[in-house]
Amino acid sequence: MLKIEPRGYESTFWRYASPVLALLLTGLTSGLIFAGMGRPPGLTVYTFLIAPLLQQDGLEALAVKAAPLIMMGVGLSLAYRANVWNIGTDGQFTVGAICGGGIAIAFPEAPFWAVFPAVVIAGTLGGMANGGLVAWLRIRFNANEILTSLMLAYITQYLLVYLVVGPWRDPQGFGFPQTALFSDDALAPRLIEDTNVHLGILLAPLFSVGLWFMLEKSLLGFQFRVLGQATRAAKFAGFSENRLVWIAMLISGGLAGLAGVFEATGTLGQLTTTLSPGYGFTAIIVAFLGRLNPLGAIPAGLLLALTYLGGDAAQINLGLPNAVTGIFQGILLFYLLGCDFLLLNRVGWRRTKAGAAS
Amino acid sequence: MTGMTKQYPGCLANDQVALTVGRNQIHALLGENGAGKSTLVKAIYGVVKPDAGTIVWDGQPVTIQNPGHAQRLGIGMVFQHFSLFEALTVTENIALGLANASERAGLRERIVRISTEYGLPLDPDRVVHDLSVGERQRIEIVRCLLQNPKLLIMDEPTSVLTPSEVQKLFVTLRRLAAEGCSILYISHKLEEVRSLCSVATIMRLGRNVAECAPAEKTVKELAEIMIAMDLNAPTPRPAQTEAAPPRLILDKLTIRSPNHFGTDLRDISLTVRGGEILGIAGIAGNGQTELMDALSGEILAGKPESVRIDGLPAGHLGPHERRRARGCFVPEERNGHGAVTTMTLAENAFLSAFLRGALVRFGIIDARRTHAFADDIIKAFDVRTTGPKAQARSLSGGNLQKFLVGREVLQNPSVLVINQPTWGVDAGAALAIHEAIMALAQAGAAVVIISQDLDEIFVLADRIAVIAGGRLSEPVPTREATIESIGRLMGGTGQQPLGEQPVHA
Amino acid sequence: MTELLVAFLVSTIAAATPLLLAATGELVVERVGVLNLGVEGMMLAGAIAAFATANVTGVTSLGVLAGLVAGIALALLFAVISLTLQANQTATGLALTIFGRGFSALVGAGFVGIPAPTLPKLHFPVLSEIPVLGPVVFGHDILVYLSLAILALVAWCIRATHLGLILRAVGDSHDAAHALGYPVVKIRYAAVAFGGALAGLAGAYMSLAYTPLWAQDMTAGRGWVAVALVTFAAWRPFWLLIGAWFFGALMYLSLYIQALGVPIPSAFLSAVPYIGTVVVLVLISRDARRIRLHRPAMLGRPFQARA
Repeated sequence: MLKIEPRGYESTFWRYASPVLALLLTGLTSGLIFAGMGRPPGLTVYTFLIAPLLQQDGLEALAVKAAPLIMMGVGLSLAYRANVWNIGTDGQFTVGAICGGGIAIAFPEAPFWAVFPAVVIAGTLGGMANGGLVAWLRIRFNANEILTSLMLAYITQYLLVYLVVGPWRDPQGFGFPQTALFSDDALAPRLIEDTNVHLGILLAPLFSVGLWFMLEKSLLGFQFRVLGQATRAAKFAGFSENRLVWIAMLISGGLAGLAGVFEATGTLGQLTTTLSPGYGFTAIIVAFLGRLNPLGAIPAGLLLALTYLGGDAAQINLGLPNAVTGIFQGILLFYLLGCDFLLLNRVGWRRTKAGAAS
Repeated sequence: MTGMTKQYPGCLANDQVALTVGRNQIHALLGENGAGKSTLVKAIYGVVKPDAGTIVWDGQPVTIQNPGHAQRLGIGMVFQHFSLFEALTVTENIALGLANASERAGLRERIVRISTEYGLPLDPDRVVHDLSVGERQRIEIVRCLLQNPKLLIMDEPTSVLTPSEVQKLFVTLRRLAAEGCSILYISHKLEEVRSLCSVATIMRLGRNVAECAPAEKTVKELAEIMIAMDLNAPTPRPAQTEAAPPRLILDKLTIRSPNHFGTDLRDISLTVRGGEILGIAGIAGNGQTELMDALSGEILAGKPESVRIDGLPAGHLGPHERRRARGCFVPEERNGHGAVTTMTLAENAFLSAFLRGALVRFGIIDARRTHAFADDIIKAFDVRTTGPKAQARSLSGGNLQKFLVGREVLQNPSVLVINQPTWGVDAGAALAIHEAIMALAQAGAAVVIISQDLDEIFVLADRIAVIAGGRLSEPVPTREATIESIGRLMGGTGQQPLGEQPVHA
Repeated sequence: MTELLVAFLVSTIAAATPLLLAATGELVVERVGVLNLGVEGMMLAGAIAAFATANVTGVTSLGVLAGLVAGIALALLFAVISLTLQANQTATGLALTIFGRGFSALVGAGFVGIPAPTLPKLHFPVLSEIPVLGPVVFGHDILVYLSLAILALVAWCIRATHLGLILRAVGDSHDAAHALGYPVVKIRYAAVAFGGALAGLAGAYMSLAYTPLWAQDMTAGRGWVAVALVTFAAWRPFWLLIGAWFFGALMYLSLYIQALGVPIPSAFLSAVPYIGTVVVLVLISRDARRIRLHRPAMLGRPFQARA
């Protein structure tokens, strides 16, 4: 029979092995699902996870997709470590794109040195404002941040639709719901000529390292960790919960806003009604897959970016709906959470000895 | 009932223990914390499955599967930590303990009848969170009595009662025994056992070491069997004669509890001088938690002057600023309050000592110094652990408590406040903690200990005050205090703050 | 004017029904101390399962059943991970939402833009003919009445039965319930499955009655509104009804005003229910002491039986 016993401590091995196991199980399960849908599982998993990388520009596309996920995942790692459940990063992302894009649209003639910093600052501040509103509602009114942040995400999506369909619509756009293209000076600078590899791709890992250092080595980061694990102990030590909630929401909101700016100015070059292909929820998985460690968000962000590319590839090559991405992500998060059981518990097989148990 | 034998080979908690309880007996199970008493009775009640051993009940060998089975056999148990539901009424709580619908018929009336019959007054419609600890215990007892038990197990029943409540409980228990119900009475309080029990089984380190008639032994003899060494109580300190300057002053401290079911503090005033230990006695739930939080700065007082640390008005200051003023604190709850159990000892050392230990440089944690400080605590207080990198949850309660007390004492505070210094701690660790507290006072610090354990307060304190219903009595010198006078104060005022009716759910 | 009022009342009740079903389920789940944030995912899974089944078989009642089963299946997934494997309930609930969205989108990819049989409105002889009262009270489909019946049943069960007492006890202190011999984990499994069944029904109502079509993410955050409703109602069943009707009215009005052609951008009107949720949450949560008084003490806390 299955034997389960609590370890009483956290296994270091499983700390790193558990996400790997979760990933393997997810691959296996999705293979089974594909088989159930009448597709050869091996080929489908290959198309989904490996083929996109072998394509021309595959790595470039991966980096472009991964950058916003890493930025948002890093912010969420920090927030979740402090037990601040921001699940509305989609909203903060959208506000960031709106604010940054608004500046870009308003000043089409401005030179790069003036307009681009303004775009970045406006977008970041927008994301921070959205996050800050959530923090304020939690602190001042005790309103659950899970619900408020998510509701704000819906609200900002409608705000975006209103702007793009209404006052900001491109007059020469043949009625399509999109704004005019930003001026070249408002676009995120390219790191490599003639590619989509923009500044955000460089910044994302830098944020990741910076916030990792903050979280693990600084007094402020220690406060976050204590608050997340034992609220009363944080109070005992004299750490202000309100201050930490503010900081967590401002950082995670600001990073999501920045991700939105780079999505608008680095990838799209304009605003449309569908800016985020569900980045908000995906970033949650990035944070968990990265073990709520900002450094872990880098590989996790790359992997989840791959699932987007894989979804597209599966749609083009195999005629599968690209919703496959969503189901793969959901299964992955389930397995991630489930496998963490092994961190604190030892599971093994034991031969039943008849009679000895009673 | 002819006998009850139980053996556990190779088990740490209980090692081949044997116990026989006769009819009509009040049988004591004696032993210090960690001797294995609770494990043994949990096995009898079916909560814990023994690895080996047999139980003979009424002449028949039985395997007790679960508490429900035990109840059907006629075994009732009152736990040390009550299994009550705070948001439910007395009747609802009792109904939950009765498996069959037929047993629950007319329950309210039967509760009233039994509680009046046995002198256990209870209002069946009140919600548990409004009740005192003594009333809560009565719910558990009534719950057992409704099932007409043949054996009633009581695990440390008096640790939460005032001396007068204890006397009333004893009357009830004697009456039950006279009516044919056996009682297994678990305790480490020797005086009680001598006055109540006819037979005592004494346990030590998971084995039973003796069986005797407690009334025929002296307290000292019983204690020596229990602990198996000559009792070296901490040496009493010389009384403080010359008046040192006051280091901690509370002036009419009044605080509304942030917790709905908490106790508000009213007009608490006290002065503790350097070198002095003030003991605050009281029954749990009379404002100790709030007082601790108000002293440590987790709850702020309205007026800065209502708390002074070394003369500095600190009522408006948070824990951090109070530590800057050389105040240090050890809260009651170790897990998740005094310590973060999922963090390492080094991180836990850092938690409250980073300021006074100068463990932060430019906002960055000085890992080397933090490690060294944790190591100092471990060495100075003989904390049994693998080192500063061990997680706090890997330590036993006593060892973790030594570490937490050590963390504060080594910061060399001028004011130290400890809530329940030795709660759930083994005798060795308790002695070490007591000695550390005395040494700190000797060195000139003002120490406040809040404790439910009167013995502890009488051993340590120079003066004793009692907290009841959120008010603090005038402190009296320990020499002039008696268990009776303190006990009267503990039960003196009502459990509910005056003029405020609790809100029902 | 009467016609307007009738339309308003009928539509409000219709819009409130999925909220009421899902929130009733979540209320029971939270009452035993479990926080399942996957209501949105379970609703979506229920919606697509119901729609697909009804579309393939042509039988709406089978569709409703399929929605219920899908809700239970997802809820059990949640239960295994959060109750047996003791993962963080908040995170597991989010996983369930993400999974439910993906699952419904995948299954639903072949069902976009095609019709399925609609849940018929019941017709009571004589009663349905009464002006105003007839259409408002006696003119709905079976799920509307079922949602009210279930709410009444749940309210009665929690307040007056021994089963309800056990549910409340498990949510108040799982350790005490365990000590008294109650199978805490099994009870929680059952409650979570019940919650899933109702969320699945809510989804089925969405895709077979409210807007009888399948569209990706068609629940549009209603699962989250249902979670908010439970807090709004302070875990008391009766108040769920008021909350659900309030949001139903809000949803109907935002659609109605759009249809009137009032010069307010339709995006703003569409956002009204979400803004309403935030506002209501803020108003209701302000009194932290009151929330703490009603909130099941074990809400969201993992339970591990200690041997």
